[in-house]
Amino acid sequence: MFYRKVVTVLAGLAAATPALAYESSYNLPVGATDISRRVYDLHMMMFWVCVVIAAFVFAAMIYSIWRFRKSSGAVPDKTLTHSTNVEVVWTVIPVLILVATAIPAARTLIMMEDTRNSEMTVKVVGYQWKWQYEYVDKGVSFFSTLAQASNLARQLGSGIDAKTVPNYLLDVDNPLVVPVDTKVRLLLTGNDVIHSWWVPDFAVKKDTIPGFINEAWFKANRTGRFTGQCAELCGRDHGFMPIVVNVVSKAEFAAWLAAKQAEAHSAAPAAAPPAPAATP
Amino acid sequence: MAHAETLALDDHDHKPHGIGRWLFATNHKDIGTMYLVFALVMFLLGGFMALLIRLELFKPGLQFFDPAFYNSLVTSHALVMIFGGVMPAFVGLANWMVPLQIGAPDMALPRMNNYSFWILPFAFTLLLSSFFTAGGGPAGGWTLYPPLSLQAGTSFPLTIFAIHLMGASSIMGAINVIVTILNMRAPGMTLLKLPLFCWTWLITAYLLIAVMPVLAGAVTMLLTDHYFGTSFFNPAGGGDPVMFQHIFWFFGHPEVYILILPAFGVVSEIIPTFSRKPLFGYDAMVYATASIAFLSFIVWAHHMFTVGMPLAGQMFFMMSTMLIAVPTGVKVFNWTTTMWRGSISFEPPMLFALAFLFLFTIGGFSGLMLAIAPADYQYQDTYFVVAHFHYVLVPGAVFAIMGGVYYWLPKWTGHMYNQMLARCHFWLSTITVNILFFPQHFLGLAGMPRRIPDYNVQFTDWNVVSSIGGFAFGLSQLLFVVVIWQCVKGGEKATDKVWEAEPHGLEWTLPSPAPYHSFETAPEVH
Repeated sequence: MFYRKVVTVLAGLAAATPALAYESSYNLPVGATDISRRVYDLHMMMFWVCVVIAAFVFAAMIYSIWRFRKSSGAVPDKTLTHSTNVEVVWTVIPVLILVATAIPAARTLIMMEDTRNSEMTVKVVGYQWKWQYEYVDKGVSFFSTLAQASNLARQLGSGIDAKTVPNYLLDVDNPLVVPVDTKVRLLLTGNDVIHSWWVPDFAVKKDTIPGFINEAWFKANRTGRFTGQCAELCGRDHGFMPIVVNVVSKAEFAAWLAAKQAEAHSAAPAAAPPAPAATP
Repeated sequence: MAHAETLALDDHDHKPHGIGRWLFATNHKDIGTMYLVFALVMFLLGGFMALLIRLELFKPGLQFFDPAFYNSLVTSHALVMIFGGVMPAFVGLANWMVPLQIGAPDMALPRMNNYSFWILPFAFTLLLSSFFTAGGGPAGGWTLYPPLSLQAGTSFPLTIFAIHLMGASSIMGAINVIVTILNMRAPGMTLLKLPLFCWTWLITAYLLIAVMPVLAGAVTMLLTDHYFGTSFFNPAGGGDPVMFQHIFWFFGHPEVYILILPAFGVVSEIIPTFSRKPLFGYDAMVYATASIAFLSFIVWAHHMFTVGMPLAGQMFFMMSTMLIAVPTGVKVFNWTTTMWRGSISFEPPMLFALAFLFLFTIGGFSGLMLAIAPADYQYQDTYFVVAHFHYVLVPGAVFAIMGGVYYWLPKWTGHMYNQMLARCHFWLSTITVNILFFPQHFLGLAGMPRRIPDYNVQFTDWNVVSSIGGFAFGLSQLLFVVVIWQCVKGGEKATDKVWEAEPHGLEWTLPSPAPYHSFETAPEVH
């Protein structure tokens, strides 16, 4: 019961911290899913635990440095050399703090790994240097590559000011589109080297490993445009293969999917567009 | 008394002369000096690479470097700093100080000691020469994950061979430390009277012997996958790229403790001296160090939370990683209590030790946050991780090394150095290191991945601050070079005890500079 009180207080502290705007310049996003909210709360809880412990520890350090200065006449107490009691206390208390914080962490981890009852599946394949998305069993598949405006601006010595490019390096030609309030399961793999698919607003990050299939899931609770980046060094253009996810209403999604399926039917199977090459 | 005897020996100091003295050195002091000079050169080189990185990251857009070259800068910066900077510096301190602290005339295996050192310049020439090959330097990250690392050109075999050589050097050095400490302590120096610096090095040496062969195995498997048709990490042949990560990090995690345990040892020497009080909880400190070393073997996969590990695996590694905070915290509390009711003065070594205490602790806190697996999904491969490890390595390990140098330099050279300049170096370093690395926490949390040469404009402001800090920090290190250079050349004569605080320990019973051959007769330890 006491443990529950402690966790509630800590969680309350976490919740009381004003949820910052989607694009905070110094903190994690609260994000667009229940899981991302839980991860944010967990992060803030750990942060405050660390701040409180730091306050005590740094206070002791600063006090010692000030109070026991030789220049103010402090005389050393050479008999203060050890104390088994104190060692036990400052071993046991941290262990208790760790146990208390491990429990909510474990709970959230279990939730993140539960891919059951998903409503749709998207296969994500990491390529050097772009993503491929396939709506499994829907016949829709396409590549998602860094948008042209960003690609031109990012070339070495392009002379184009990044600030003039909207969504610089966080824009693609074909974003991933998913419906809101829908549990989307992702099956992730790699084509060449290890990449990692990461969208901070969903708190989803999973490595895409050639020859293996990883699983992840998310359920967006609001519509919007959410961006992410590759999160595993994958070669020269690791920094230039972003992720854009458009979360739309279920109706919009159905319409979009139908249009894509029609496109796939009428067009000849499209060859993979080449990755944006650096200008020599 | 030992003092009078070594004074007499001073007169017959047959130092060899010329290049042969260094090429064929078997004297622990000369070898220690070579390691330290080599480490300093490597710090400056690795630091220069870091400045190039921060230069590119100053503004969004690519201004200076091709992304592939940038990746090789990032990769080599790490390899140079870890294997060329921090590790050789600690081996240099061990070489100088372990025999002096235990009252031994030299290391147990002086010729092997020579080989251990001279392998290093050769290894790094090999590694850095790859920058001049057609494919450029290694660019897959210092962690060498396949399949990416297998896409490298000529740099690949050069890098693997260099790593093998560095590993051999470390293993031989570690054997030397263990044999010396276990066999050559002066009579009366039981293990529980061993100075903490020797304890931490004894434990570090066991870690090195345990894990450097594992790294050797991992990189050899990469080599055979590339050239000899094996498929250890190639799924098409039935292999697993993630297996490399397991093997690498089984080495890699103890490696980071190899980088920090000697730092704990140095700080455990400095703080008691300048608090004029014995180290609080000596036994607890030894047990805590041993616990950290043991735990370091069972946490490796916290570097791999996002690879698709089963839930049970993630749970285990999260818990074991959180547990390491306990003995580490015990050490921080013991250092603080050493100062409690002491009489503290703030000479340059103590300044660095105190900055270590504060700033390493901050790095420890971000480490605890990283241990929380669900949160780590947001931190992994971002600048939050970069901030964490730079806090524990720069104001952590590197400041401890600098503190150790400032502490023992007068013993080595016989001269006191320019303390005013050393204080300037300290203050500039401490302030700028925070300007450089603290904003990187924000960048990581805001969503900036690591190992990228360019970024969205939302990350601009903190990158500007960090780059300014980086340049200021880098330039400040030139002061360190000046202080050392001036001290070697001359300065006020240093006494045996050097410091007004009158440190305890066998090294302070010798004159300054310590005679070329010292403790040829073992001292009595009570």
